[in-house]
Amino acid sequence: MNARALLSLALRNLLRNRRRSLATLLAMVVGLTAILLFGGYRANILYGMQTGFVQQSGHLQIQRRGYFLDGGDNPTAYGIADYRKIIAAIRSDNTLAPLVVEATPSLRLGGIAGNFTAGVSRSVMAIGLVPEESNRMLAWNDYDMVSYARPLPLAGAGADAVVIGSGLARKLQLCAVLAVPDCRQASAAGDAPATKNATDAGAPEDVLALSALEKAQQPPAAQNRIEMLAATAGGAPNVASLVVIEAKNMGIKAIDDLYMAMNLSQAQKLIYGAGVPAVTAIALQLHHTAQMPAARARLAALLESEFPDEPLELLDFQTLNPMYGQTDQFMGSMFGFIAMLIGVIVLFTIGNTMSTAVMERTTEIGTLRAIGLRRSGIRRLFMCEALLLGAIGSAAGLVCALGIAWLINHSGWTWTPPGYSYAYLILVRVGQNTPLLVGSIVGMIGVTMASAWWPARRAAKLEIVDALRHA
Amino acid sequence: MQPVSLRNVSKVYHLDAVEVAALNAVSLDIEAGRFTVISGPSGSGKTTLLNLIGCIDRPDRGEVVVAGQAVQAMTDDALSDFRARHIGFVFQNFNLLPVLSAYENIEYPLLLGKVAPAERRRRVRDLLDAVGLAERGDSRPGQLSGGQRQRVAIARALVHAPALVLADEPTANLDRQTGASIIALMHTLQQERGVSIVVSSHDPHVQAAADASVFIRDGLIVASKEEAAA
Ligand SMILES: Nc1ncnc2c1ncn2[C@@H]1O[C@H](COP(=O)(O)OP(=O)(O)O)[C@@H](O)[C@H]1O
Ligand SMILES: [Mg+2]
Repeated sequence: MNARALLSLALRNLLRNRRRSLATLLAMVVGLTAILLFGGYRANILYGMQTGFVQQSGHLQIQRRGYFLDGGDNPTAYGIADYRKIIAAIRSDNTLAPLVVEATPSLRLGGIAGNFTAGVSRSVMAIGLVPEESNRMLAWNDYDMVSYARPLPLAGAGADAVVIGSGLARKLQLCAVLAVPDCRQASAAGDAPATKNATDAGAPEDVLALSALEKAQQPPAAQNRIEMLAATAGGAPNVASLVVIEAKNMGIKAIDDLYMAMNLSQAQKLIYGAGVPAVTAIALQLHHTAQMPAARARLAALLESEFPDEPLELLDFQTLNPMYGQTDQFMGSMFGFIAMLIGVIVLFTIGNTMSTAVMERTTEIGTLRAIGLRRSGIRRLFMCEALLLGAIGSAAGLVCALGIAWLINHSGWTWTPPGYSYAYLILVRVGQNTPLLVGSIVGMIGVTMASAWWPARRAAKLEIVDALRHA
Repeated sequence: MQPVSLRNVSKVYHLDAVEVAALNAVSLDIEAGRFTVISGPSGSGKTTLLNLIGCIDRPDRGEVVVAGQAVQAMTDDALSDFRARHIGFVFQNFNLLPVLSAYENIEYPLLLGKVAPAERRRRVRDLLDAVGLAERGDSRPGQLSGGQRQRVAIARALVHAPALVLADEPTANLDRQTGASIIALMHTLQQERGVSIVVSSHDPHVQAAADASVFIRDGLIVASKEEAAA
């Protein structure tokens, strides 16, 4: 029998019991839509996270070996003093240069920030960076995300300018000064020391002394001036007087409450004083994430040959941000669970539809066999019906999912992820996600064929005379 | 060549504990180009006999030769192809595919035989004409009367020019007059096309049209006779 006749026969058989075929299709459409929407939602979250991480810390980072695991609170022991040479080598490398958007140094340091006018101080995690370069990194948007990254206003501001997280601003009682939106000032209990309105009341003696030393060289104190205390390379405390020029919502509350960004030179002055300035990381941002393996291999070779004496290591953004992998895994297992559940439901729905069809058409099967259709022909007939059902169901499910995705993406719905301090737009990436589309549709058609396999086999195995006697 | 030759063919059905001997060492030769009628009361073994001749069932014992071929040893696929080439079937319940038009039902055996489209069209039109349904080719079986459906079935059984056409009680679901016209049509076509047709029936009117008759009772052939006309 030729393919056209087979297909036409299969289609007509499906149209024979429209209600049943429609019910089966509906199950497939609902299932496929759910899978595609959740898959699109998952993709959007992962692309969003990746974009955020790549904007902040690049695709790859060069760090001193062990810094990532052990050295986070010890920039002095894990500094890279040769960083300028390394960056120059990267920028002039024939293989790396075309891959790299930006290669920029940064210095992470911990310390205590004090707003002594208000009598409050807080731990901070500060990062010293090159504002122009890190702002260029923030513009990375290879996945066309709705980007929440705004450039740091440090570029062009004074050397002592800093940007802090809005949570930190609240803790340092700088909300009003910085006009931070939605910032509730700390409550009465937290305000207790501040009400004394005593200048430098809470600060220890030696810090005050250091602070005074610094202040002597600084312009008169403004209300947004804070002191930052950090441990120097020698282990002694050092203080810098800084101007908070902006508070910025960092998204994740735990970071928002600690974040401070300053000029690299300022950070280096705090840690290394007059000594040799170093950095704790060199971030490399690539044009595309897919270039990571190539860039990584070349970079490793370059460091090995040009800087053999530096104990350096390369870390990718997944390693630097374990949350990415964890979210990926979590969403992946949820996706797997949903897909499996829907797969099983569709499997049984179609299996049931096909079994009923085989039962109803037993006499027909006997007739076709008597006329000379082989067993394989009967099997093919039912598999063809299932394939058609799967194809129609997939097409309808796809259209439905794309339609709903469009509605969701244009609805302006927002959601605040757990641990985040502001809401994100709810978006689903269905249309642009080829692996998801292909995978779901192939999976759906696969499930259809699998569920039709047994009924089709049973139909093919029927004895002709038994089938014909079936009235 | 003899279209059918059975030697000592037996068929036993197993019903739980009971064994029903539907055919008991039956030997039978059917001559070519005849309209043969197998008569016998209900339950006598007519259907079982036709199933064996039609190669849609296998005997427990004995030898079945159809169109010169011993079919015993053939595989299921080979038998399917064999039926598609050499045998046509007409059923008591017409057994047309409800989703296909009369034309497409008749065309179906030609699709199985991979006949070229132009030739298919020619043969289907010829058969539609021959059974008097030239105008009803587009009708679905559901739109046709019982007699018309059986005509379509007859056309389907003949379209691939088989050596042998088997009809198990083709008039049992038709009124007497329609049944008579169906038998007359089959007989005419049998003569025009030189095909061998074997019809089973317990209707004496059908038996009256026969060139050759076989009488069966309790799984045994009790008599057979050739009409003078043959
Ligand atoms: N599938 C079967 N299982 C058990 N017994 C059967 C089966 N088919 C036929 N028989 C028995 O075999 C005998 C012959 O049946 P059948 O060939 O159908 O007779 P007829 O067609 O002449 O009415 C009957 O006794 C019938 O009950
Ligand atoms: Mg019978």
